[in-house]
Amino acid sequence: MKYRLIFRIAYSLLLARWKQTLVAAIGVTFSITMFITLLSFMSGLNDLLDGLILNRTPHVRLYKEIQVSKKQPIDYVNTSEQGHNFIKSIKPKKDRIDIYNSEQIIQSLKKDTRVLGVAPKITAQVFFNVGAIDLTGSINGIDPEEENRLFKFSDYVTRGNFMDLKNVPNSIILGKGLANNMMVNIGDVVKVTTSKGEQFSLKVVGYFQSGLQDLDKVQSYASIKTTQKLLNQSENYITDIQVKLKDILWAPPTAKEYQDVYQIDAIDIQKANSQFETGSSVRSLISYAVGITLLIVAGFGIYNILNMLIYEKMDSIAILKAVGFSGRDVNLVFITIALSIGIFGGSLGLLGGFGLSSLIDQIPFNTESLPTIKTYPINYNPRFYMIGGIFSIITTYLAGYFPAKKASTIDPVVIIRGK
Amino acid sequence: MSNKTVLEAQKISKYFHDPATIKILNEVSFTLQASEFVSVIGKSGCGKSTLLYILSTMDTDYEGEVIIDGMTMRGKMEEELARVRNEKIGFVFQFHYLLNEFNVLQNVMLPGLKLGKYSEQEIEHRAYEKLSILGIKEEALKLPNQLSGGQKQRVAIARALINDPLLIMGDEPTGNLDKKNSEIVFHIFEELAQVYKQTLLIVTHDNEFADRTSRIIEMEDGRIKKM
Repeated sequence: MKYRLIFRIAYSLLLARWKQTLVAAIGVTFSITMFITLLSFMSGLNDLLDGLILNRTPHVRLYKEIQVSKKQPIDYVNTSEQGHNFIKSIKPKKDRIDIYNSEQIIQSLKKDTRVLGVAPKITAQVFFNVGAIDLTGSINGIDPEEENRLFKFSDYVTRGNFMDLKNVPNSIILGKGLANNMMVNIGDVVKVTTSKGEQFSLKVVGYFQSGLQDLDKVQSYASIKTTQKLLNQSENYITDIQVKLKDILWAPPTAKEYQDVYQIDAIDIQKANSQFETGSSVRSLISYAVGITLLIVAGFGIYNILNMLIYEKMDSIAILKAVGFSGRDVNLVFITIALSIGIFGGSLGLLGGFGLSSLIDQIPFNTESLPTIKTYPINYNPRFYMIGGIFSIITTYLAGYFPAKKASTIDPVVIIRGK
Repeated sequence: MSNKTVLEAQKISKYFHDPATIKILNEVSFTLQASEFVSVIGKSGCGKSTLLYILSTMDTDYEGEVIIDGMTMRGKMEEELARVRNEKIGFVFQFHYLLNEFNVLQNVMLPGLKLGKYSEQEIEHRAYEKLSILGIKEEALKLPNQLSGGQKQRVAIARALINDPLLIMGDEPTGNLDKKNSEIVFHIFEELAQVYKQTLLIVTHDNEFADRTSRIIEMEDGRIKKM
């Protein structure tokens, strides 16, 4: 009953100056709209840029590094605790670069509940023979199905079908830049020479475009089998095991664990791509800062309007107090006014933000380096809408709080006597 | 007349500090019995309005004691004072002081709704009742700015009556009205006092008005000159 009365008074005061109220609400609507749009757009862009690398990078990569033995022969002979062994000019010994026991490791990884998927990979350095010229390049031997499931391989294969790697024997997908340099089309045959001097013919079944030009000039993909044949290796020959986890944040501890368990080198995505983390966090910081500034500016607008409203309604406040409304009631009336403006303007702003970002989502955005992107990227994260909604209520509450407090402490006698 | 004391003022003093400290009220004491129709007169600046604001609990910066219905007003919280004003005092100002955002009926109902003693239908019914006593039932759904000055003042009186207050206070309620309307308003007060046994305390500088009340308190220079 009491609150209904407060609402009714607030409502009447609001409607009595509906134009002013509308201006205040539009201020909130505008700022929330811009806040949502800005954040959705910025974070869409962020995700896009991060995705360029992060989607294609395994969370944990297991590989074998060519390095010198940690324990040199002298260490086995001179085992005394005292003194040091000084050895100069150590070179790594010739060792296999494939992963030992790769089959078992893959099986055991697939049983790990944290793991989303495992994709084996072979990297091979080759020369592409174009007439008299040899172009350096590398061939990644992959399992096309797993590669697509975990790393969205098909997104980057701009022409041809990635499954042909599996279905067509001795096939290859070339980087767009590489194919351009070699002037080959789909269906053509390219000649490659391995580092051991053996020649091979591979049929081009597609192009891929990663968005990173330098990469596209040297990279190409073939199936694991083809690559093993190319290198004249057995079916167990795997140089990399790519692991995708269910949560990217688990990568660093998991990498460390695998390193110990499998006695192998492991690197996590955060370590491998630390510069992307920094870049995206700074970008989102900037967009939040701009968005919150917009909201605060709108808050000051509401503050001004409520302040003016209170000066205009001084008489009404005095009357309400004289007939028995307490300072708290008057305070509640003005807080209600402020919150109504906030809730009304805020909800419209959320809708407006959604509308505007959907509109941006429709604008064509074609760029050579990003083959999968057709329109501007938008991230419809509900979190932005929550922050926008909560913030609009908080700012309007604060904007109403001080004028309301002033109104509640006005002495009716001062106003009545002043007449 | 019953002997119940409605209002008691004990040695009320009040200072104005701006620009220099002036003692505007000097130990004013009097009592008001139930069903009395009392007028306070005095020259401009003698402190009669100031006294009224103190008695109405709207001004809390004073020395002495105000006792309404047996309760002292000293040391009460702002919210409790508001409750006292709402329940026990009806106030009529020189200027009508109606809320222009509400129609006449809503203006009259507002203190009743605040008190919350009756349901909304009942308050509406009572508001119509008061308006018909004051002869302005037909204007109930108009906005205050569509009424004449005399009608507005009658609406203000209806509003003062809505909670059946112990006491009605008036600060020059006829001060802004012409002769004819003053007469109407006075008759209303007279009728309230005689028919409804309403206790009234009216500040006025209209001696003709005061002469027709049951008791006159005359003030001069912050003191009561004659009771």
